[in-house]
Amino acid sequence: MSNNEKKIDEISGVETTGHEWDGITELNNPLPRWWLWTMYATIVFSIGYMIYYPAIPLINEATPGISGETNRSVFMKEMAAAKAAKAGLIKKIEDSTVEEISGDSDLRRFAISGGRSLFKVNCVQCHGSGAQGSPGFPNLNDDDWLWGGDLDSIYLTIAHGARYPHSEETRSSEMPAFGKDELLEKDQIADIAEHVLKISGFEYDVSKEARGAPLFAENCAACHGADGKGDSEFGAPNLADALWLYAGTRQDIIAQINSPKHGEMPAWKARLGDASVKQLAVYVHSLGGGK
Amino acid sequence: MATKGETVETFDAEAVNSKVARNLYEARKKVFPKRAYGTFRSLKWWVMGITLGIYYLTPWLRWDRGEFAPDQAVLIDLANRRFYFFFIEIWPQEFYYVAGLLVMAGIGLFLITSTIGRAWCGYACPQTVWVDLFLVVERFFEGDRNARIKLDKADWTREKIFKRVAKHAVWLLIAFSTGGAWIFYFADAPTLLVNFWTLKAPFVAYATVAVLTFMTYTFGGFMREQVCTYMCPWPRIQAAMLDEDSLTVTYNDWRGEPRNRHAKRAIAAGNIVGDCVDCNACVAVCPMGIDIRDGQQLECITCALCIDACNGVMKKLGREKGLISYATLRDYNANLDLATGGTGKAEDINPISTINIKAMAAARAEKTPEAENDNELPVAPSQVAHTTWRSLARPRTIMYSSVLAVIGFALLTVLVTRSRLEINVIQDRNPMFVKLSDGSIRNGYEIKVLNMIAKPRRFNIKVEGLPGAEISFEESTEKFGDAFNIDVAPDQVQAKKIYISVPKDQIKQSHSQFRLLVHEIDGDEKSEYVAKFHAP
Ligand code: SF4
Ligand code: SF4
Repeated sequence: MSNNEKKIDEISGVETTGHEWDGITELNNPLPRWWLWTMYATIVFSIGYMIYYPAIPLINEATPGISGETNRSVFMKEMAAAKAAKAGLIKKIEDSTVEEISGDSDLRRFAISGGRSLFKVNCVQCHGSGAQGSPGFPNLNDDDWLWGGDLDSIYLTIAHGARYPHSEETRSSEMPAFGKDELLEKDQIADIAEHVLKISGFEYDVSKEARGAPLFAENCAACHGADGKGDSEFGAPNLADALWLYAGTRQDIIAQINSPKHGEMPAWKARLGDASVKQLAVYVHSLGGGK
Repeated sequence: MATKGETVETFDAEAVNSKVARNLYEARKKVFPKRAYGTFRSLKWWVMGITLGIYYLTPWLRWDRGEFAPDQAVLIDLANRRFYFFFIEIWPQEFYYVAGLLVMAGIGLFLITSTIGRAWCGYACPQTVWVDLFLVVERFFEGDRNARIKLDKADWTREKIFKRVAKHAVWLLIAFSTGGAWIFYFADAPTLLVNFWTLKAPFVAYATVAVLTFMTYTFGGFMREQVCTYMCPWPRIQAAMLDEDSLTVTYNDWRGEPRNRHAKRAIAAGNIVGDCVDCNACVAVCPMGIDIRDGQQLECITCALCIDACNGVMKKLGREKGLISYATLRDYNANLDLATGGTGKAEDINPISTINIKAMAAARAEKTPEAENDNELPVAPSQVAHTTWRSLARPRTIMYSSVLAVIGFALLTVLVTRSRLEINVIQDRNPMFVKLSDGSIRNGYEIKVLNMIAKPRRFNIKVEGLPGAEISFEESTEKFGDAFNIDVAPDQVQAKKIYISVPKDQIKQSHSQFRLLVHEIDGDEKSEYVAKFHAP
């Protein structure tokens, strides 16, 4: 329905839009002025915005805008700024030994928080998110260390790994497979296991242990020590403590002597750089078991 | 004989915001409030002076807290999350004091509103105070009501331009100093003042000043009564708290109606006349642009200026004051019933007015025909109910006051006896516990010691209730027994990671409770935390 004459609503005296539904007519009241002006203001603003920022999509890319700023460029700038802000501390870390880092409270705090986030990205896959480890992967919270628990040893282990085939400096001592390679008889292995149970404080078979003790001294003490307390030089675990990398049952001990499992850890220095490895070392050392 | 009544000025004032005069979809009609004189106006000047004084001067008050804390008496230190109020210092976790104060403010509002109505709106609200201040400026440059109306309609002459520019300049100056004063509550005022003018203050300071300047200027200069009527939720909330014993500004129509500009002539003609001479003085002074004679209205902020205006008129006329007065609805209704013989309808009013009583008495004395007209006063004036301060004390207000007192007392007690030392402990959850090579079990805890006074202190922390427990720290596995000392800087939190290990043979259950006790070494403040120890 279109006609040009104005229709006035009788009751309110306001012009109507001419639209009517079931006798209800729509009044043509003006928009509130503040609202209208706000809308005009946003239009003006949007023009400025389009000129300043990349805005109108063209075939290959959008108009650059006089600022040339995009979300990505802002992000890159912020990242560069963050990096620059850290540069001084990172340099200092590179120039210091792990001992020096740990001794300087500011540097230590920085290294621990950096180490914590590096750990979350690179180490948790094997050692667990709380560094609690799992069978075959050492718990880093405790005071038992295969390759040494002081700052320098931890640093070396992280830097060069253990038994890592791609690193020349890695430490690669391995335990012989006494059973599989037929270095010892099955009975002898069982006897040695009884001796290991004894030094760990478990129940053991007295007569077997009596035979096992000299065998241990002959075959094992070179690495694990006469008292079985291990030697981090060779990554030889302490057999006399309460902690086991695999498990501490008779069966597991026999299996390990028979055909030992060996963990392998990558060398991180080449991948993460020296500063990161130092931060990781300080962080791991701070977990409560550091010597 | 000319009565004094002839000298009363009559105003051509329209109540632009009254219900009848107002249309929807209509631009604001300007209100030109006339200057009022009287008791309430004086009271309002005092309130204005005091509130503005408090607002502008508070940040400049100093309060010595020693060398480790700011010396500003009232300071909201957002950056360090501390709130200082004279001798009180509040940490963020003590925010419940503020919550308590807000509860008190809420109940205070109930109390005030149920007794003296919208007193907040009429006297103490910043909107009211600043509009009043802006009006002072407006009057100074442009004159009182009539002069302002004339100037508003006048063509733009050099004089008008000068007056307007001057007025707006002063307004902007006030607005700027209002916004400017606000920021001083959030930083050391003297330092910030210097930084502000040397452009060294943080951006947020300038932004805050800009926003508040703009708001003060527009709210005080242009929007004025519209803020109260359309934007503010307060009037509506308060309306729900009024009861029939609350004081409100009331036009006593039982005394004023029928209003008449020519009372003498009307009486001579044998008509009943109320005390209202319809001079519109009450409308002219009203900053809200309403007519109180229309009854109680949402717009009325109870500034009581109409009371002053009308009392002035009544005094000139030699009639009793209080035609417009603070009255309770109960008293008003009782009086209206008296005046209408119980119908309560406006058209039945036989006013208990000064002039009516006089006319009746005169007529009776002279036995004039008017006396035969049964224009007799329905009641003796002594029956009229007068609202007194006694209406303030009633069960509801007494209850509010006692609740207020109880909360206030409780807050105060908590405040003076509160501990200024706290220990918080977060236990390691990943892993929950660590088995060590000797079989003992170790748990890790991040402890935080809060030294809540502006003095460096040393505390001893001790493990109690965990047999065999030994403490070690991050740096090594060395054990330090079951206690250690920690230094905490003034007004700071000191965090420390500690490890507690328990030998294998002392572990009886997988979860045990123990207490971490902290006590001040050169003092006797104590605190404790009940922590858990987990084992396999
Ligand atoms: S109420 Fe008082 S001020 Fe208002 S018109 Fe009547 S006499 Fe005048
Ligand atoms: S009616 Fe009277 S009390 Fe109410 S706002 Fe106006 S002048 Fe103030």
